[in-house]
Amino acid sequence: MFYERKRPQRGDTVFRAATLGAAAFLLVIMAAIAAFLIAKALPAIRSDSVNFLTSSRWNPDDDPSTWGIAALAVGTLISSVLGLAIGVPIAIGVALFISHYAPRRVARGFGYLVDLLAAVPSVVYGLWALVYLVPNMRDVSKWLHDYLGFIPIFGSDGLYGKSLLVAGVVLAVMILPIVAAISREVFLQTPQETIEGAYALGATRWEMIRICVLSHGKSGVVSAIVLGFGRALGETIAVALVLPASNVITFSILKPEGNSIAANIANVYGDAGEIGRGALIASGLVLFAMTLAVNLIARGVVARGGNLRRKAAA
Amino acid sequence: MKLNRFATTACLIAAGAIALSACGSDNNPTSAGSDSTVTSSSGASSSDSTGVTTAAGDPTGSTTSSGTGITCATGTLQLSGSTAQTNAMSEWIKNYQTACPGATINYGGGGSGQGVQNFQDGTVDFAGSDFPLADGDEHDKANQRCAPGTAVDLPMVPGPIAIGYNLPGVKDLNLSASTLAGIFSGKITAWNDDAIKKDNPNVDLPSTKIQTFHRSDGSGTSYNFSNYLANEAKSDWSYGANKAWPAPGGVGEKGTAGIAQGVKSTPGGIGYMELSYATQNSISYAKVGNAGGDFVELTTDNVVKFLSTATVVGQGDDLALKFDYTNTDADAYPNLLVTYEIVCTGGKSSELARDFLSYIVSDEAQNLLPDLGYVKLPSNIQTKVQDTIKGLG
Repeated sequence: MFYERKRPQRGDTVFRAATLGAAAFLLVIMAAIAAFLIAKALPAIRSDSVNFLTSSRWNPDDDPSTWGIAALAVGTLISSVLGLAIGVPIAIGVALFISHYAPRRVARGFGYLVDLLAAVPSVVYGLWALVYLVPNMRDVSKWLHDYLGFIPIFGSDGLYGKSLLVAGVVLAVMILPIVAAISREVFLQTPQETIEGAYALGATRWEMIRICVLSHGKSGVVSAIVLGFGRALGETIAVALVLPASNVITFSILKPEGNSIAANIANVYGDAGEIGRGALIASGLVLFAMTLAVNLIARGVVARGGNLRRKAAA
Repeated sequence: MKLNRFATTACLIAAGAIALSACGSDNNPTSAGSDSTVTSSSGASSSDSTGVTTAAGDPTGSTTSSGTGITCATGTLQLSGSTAQTNAMSEWIKNYQTACPGATINYGGGGSGQGVQNFQDGTVDFAGSDFPLADGDEHDKANQRCAPGTAVDLPMVPGPIAIGYNLPGVKDLNLSASTLAGIFSGKITAWNDDAIKKDNPNVDLPSTKIQTFHRSDGSGTSYNFSNYLANEAKSDWSYGANKAWPAPGGVGEKGTAGIAQGVKSTPGGIGYMELSYATQNSISYAKVGNAGGDFVELTTDNVVKFLSTATVVGQGDDLALKFDYTNTDADAYPNLLVTYEIVCTGGKSSELARDFLSYIVSDEAQNLLPDLGYVKLPSNIQTKVQDTIKGLG
């Protein structure tokens, strides 16, 4: 093919300016939002009488103002990691079933069902968890404590109800469709020749999936997990409904303790004063920083994995 | 071909639906626990609405009798603020609008913080609040909005705070302020603790663990209950009074409805709630200790009796109240909150605002309060509020 190089026309210039404008506009908006958030958060951080990173109290409108994000951040991380730990294996199983096990027609319908899960509003998941999961998880929690109580995360005082575990289960259900849908797309793109090669060498289906599909899809799955993690970190209303909202740093997932940044914002925003709102915005910035850090780490992991493979191949 | 594919998908969805519904019907009979929670929560909301509708039967009676009190100004009133007085407000607004078709009144709720903010910004005519305006910046900004008048707090809707508990088999429970402080600060962890036994020598207490419930959102109920603890149990309560629940531990629930739901579904649970939620959910509530060491039952009369000894601490027309927690009257229930209306003096309140205010402080309107889970203002305070409202214009 041969393209004749044309003089830039007016349409070109206009279009170029338009895209440039759109990009610049995005940057301006981002900068404006960031500046606004930081401007609102700084006075609250300055008037805080304790260290806002290490304190667990949340009384920003008091005199003296006392607040910190320690318990919130820990609760956010634990509930999200728990959601991933429960949700990701199931999601990958679902994705593999759709991409490599199910008959095509079943796979199609099943795919629709999974996508449908993502369309359910999160408050519906929250209500379901509050009304159904909280009472019914009591026996599960008790069983976990009775048989695995020697592990600190299953410690308990004999009180069961709302807990980080319930929040983790809800989050698992909520991230499942995202992780499953992306993983499915990635698995489907495994090159046919490597699959056939694996079979030719006498691999069983499981061995083929392990050697070809999973290793080919690794970086894609990591991206899917990062997206799911982001959703779990920021999930607000469902978590607000099932977390005990007690600002205590806890590492037990069964005790009725723990809170999350987003849930705390949803809970206390209505009655927050000037400093209180600033403190909530500051906690939002911390959440943003956490998400960013997770993203960067995940990207680093993926990039490193890629480098290693390339080195190994060389 | 296309049709065929569609049919397969349809079949699949139908099959899925059947499978799901099968699961559902499987679960229902076996899981009695979840079933009871479902009914309790729906019971809460339905009785909530019946609370309003039973009172809605009144208007025919109340409007005819209150016809004398209402002069029927026309126009629109925009109000917002405390959710604790929402039930009273919606009842009063309904009655007023029935009597005066030319008036439109909206009470937006949104919480006391938002009400004060809206009032300062001038987007509402007056605001409902669980707290009087704080001295300093908050009151100054409100005064600026009302210039040349001032912003004043008018006590309007008092409500008792019930200490609801879930102990199957235990009907009568006494809890002194220091025992409550121990329970809500996490020092007392089981129902057969010696401190609780001492309050209840004749009750057979189980060894059930105590699960406390508190508000996860900022609330005047939290403020007033912690204020009661801070005043009546000084040595056992080190957390002070705060609208954001100040003590660590316990489970936070959004709104009083959440606390009622939590206590009701948790054996061993205890929480503080507005009285109407305890009665609607048939949650037992305790007699609480007062300054004289007596245990006082929560009745309308007992609450009014305690409230009538409150002193006005506001300046000028401001009627901000301070409860007398040293009251040793064995018939004065010391655990309550009063919600205020924040209004402008000096002719800055509209004619409709003044007329509506004088309706809601009238006997006709105040007498509706007990049926809605509140108590009416004691007559000494009611008279002061009436006088202030007359002077607003």
